[in-house]
Amino acid sequence: MGNHAASLARPVEIRIAPGFYADTWRRLRRSPGAMVGLAIVGLFGTLAVLAPLVAPANPITQDLNARLLPPSWGHWLGTDDLGRDLLSRIIYGGRTSLTVGVVSISLALVVGALLGLLAGFYRGWADSVTMRTMDIMLAFPATLLAIFIVGIRGPSLNNAMLAIGVINIPIFARIVRGSVLRVRQEDFVEGARALGASQIRILGRHVLPNALAPIIVQATLGIGSAVLEAAGLSFLGLGAQAPTPEWGTMLTNTREFLRDAPWAATFPGIAILLTVVGFNLLGDGLRDALDPRLRQ
Amino acid sequence: MARYVGRRLLELVPVAFGVLLVVFIISHLTPADPVLVILGEHASPATVERLRAELRLNDPLPVQFVRYVGGVLHGDLGRSIKQNERVTVQLATRFPATFELTIAAMLIASAVGILTGVVAAARQNSWFDAVSMFAALVGFSMPIFWLGIMLILLFAWYLGWVPISGRLDYTIELTRLTNFYLLDALLTRNWAALGNAARHLILPAVTLSTVPLAIIARMTRSSLLEVLRQDYVRTARAKGLAERIVVMRHALKNAFIPVVTVIGLNVGSLLGGAILTETIFAWPGMGRLVVDAIFARDYPVVQGTVLVIALLFVVVNLLVDLSYAYLDPRIRYG
Repeated sequence: MGNHAASLARPVEIRIAPGFYADTWRRLRRSPGAMVGLAIVGLFGTLAVLAPLVAPANPITQDLNARLLPPSWGHWLGTDDLGRDLLSRIIYGGRTSLTVGVVSISLALVVGALLGLLAGFYRGWADSVTMRTMDIMLAFPATLLAIFIVGIRGPSLNNAMLAIGVINIPIFARIVRGSVLRVRQEDFVEGARALGASQIRILGRHVLPNALAPIIVQATLGIGSAVLEAAGLSFLGLGAQAPTPEWGTMLTNTREFLRDAPWAATFPGIAILLTVVGFNLLGDGLRDALDPRLRQ
Repeated sequence: MARYVGRRLLELVPVAFGVLLVVFIISHLTPADPVLVILGEHASPATVERLRAELRLNDPLPVQFVRYVGGVLHGDLGRSIKQNERVTVQLATRFPATFELTIAAMLIASAVGILTGVVAAARQNSWFDAVSMFAALVGFSMPIFWLGIMLILLFAWYLGWVPISGRLDYTIELTRLTNFYLLDALLTRNWAALGNAARHLILPAVTLSTVPLAIIARMTRSSLLEVLRQDYVRTARAKGLAERIVVMRHALKNAFIPVVTVIGLNVGSLLGGAILTETIFAWPGMGRLVVDAIFARDYPVVQGTVLVIALLFVVVNLLVDLSYAYLDPRIRYG
């Protein structure tokens, strides 16, 4: 941004191309929504990484003399039914929730992108088999499929991550395949092929980088929905298991003492909502910044 | 149109087959031995082997799959391990509850979502547009299980306007003809039961409608804005027609095509969301059934419920495609 502005002021030093990522960042910075999203994601991400340093108490240690205390100076967000500090559990819970989001979407991205690349580049039967399989996976409501996988494999955080990863695979496969189909027609791919580049080199150096924009957008939006899915699974008792602090798990038993301690149900939900809003704002902003045509 | 419907119906067959295959494969990923789940950990090896042979679990997987498909085609989804009852019987009693909840949620989401989207588009860049689209963003990101808890806190605990959970108060008598309580109350002209069932339905339905409502509002707005930029709309305006007539009579029908698709696609998220909503509100539907069955390790019930919900979703998607073709004739002739 700085370089670009300077180049406008001093025409002699004009840079021909400010670079794809610098240009994207410049557009992203102009979007207030994306910046708010980035701030929220950055805040929760930092808190998750620095949890042992910033959390005021151990998130698992119980204090039965301090059960269901309302927010106060001693416990900023109050305590839960076992006397655990809610703020500490929310900070540590962010670690679990964001880890689930990042790991499950990484799994979906790697598998989905690989399948999409192969289907889009080689076409033929590889394309038909892969995409029909993806269609069938999309024939299931996503939450239902995740609950089914965890239900059969057994409730645990690892199985929840696996399930959320699996339900997101078709989305990435479709996006990457679509991008590959578009890119493989381009002259520079033909050129690389004419120069004798291997298939793997063409895929890795020419096709994949040009399909990156929609992948980045979907991964950002996907982490937000994965956090939501994971919290939902944990709420049902199918994801993180007690006493692991996780936002969804923290809401599971709150109905029993809802009237006496509404704060115990309120704050974990706000944490989930804010995080998902953050990822959605950032994802929307990235979509506009990476492909300005979409904004019109 | 008939030929198009026939072709789409034929295309349903491989998808339904694929759904059956996926359900069968995932069901066999269980780390637990289903025979041990039925007999318990302390069963003797001889008893285990006898039941395994009886259930024909020693057959090769393809043979088991063919038998499974045959059973499903004959309406046999197996027996519940815990209740020793046919899964179809359990589903038949639970299905109306989920269906009633889903329909109510979809009606709320469609009515409020379309209205909000239309007003936001007609008054683009106004405060209403900004507020409603911000609300849509929040709604789209909402953990509905949390929203449900908050609504219970406010409307059931603090204000006392609606009941906390269930479908009907125990004190209310209702003759169950269809198990759709609102319908049963109407058919038997039991107004007390109708009011009571409606009061029970409102919070779960509002909770479940949140995410699709937000998506429908956003889609209606963007679709209508796109149509409003078209030449024929400019012509209508140039003729001197009032803006309301331009929007309602000329633009809205064309803007509806993607909205209908979005409504249909969201049936899937509703069916998934129903599992969470039913858990919060102790709503005795298929969602509760599947969650309870998971904890009881009642695999036939889990498998049967997932299959029925998935097939329901496939059929709804087909109906959406058909309505799409009805709204836009280019599709069926394309």
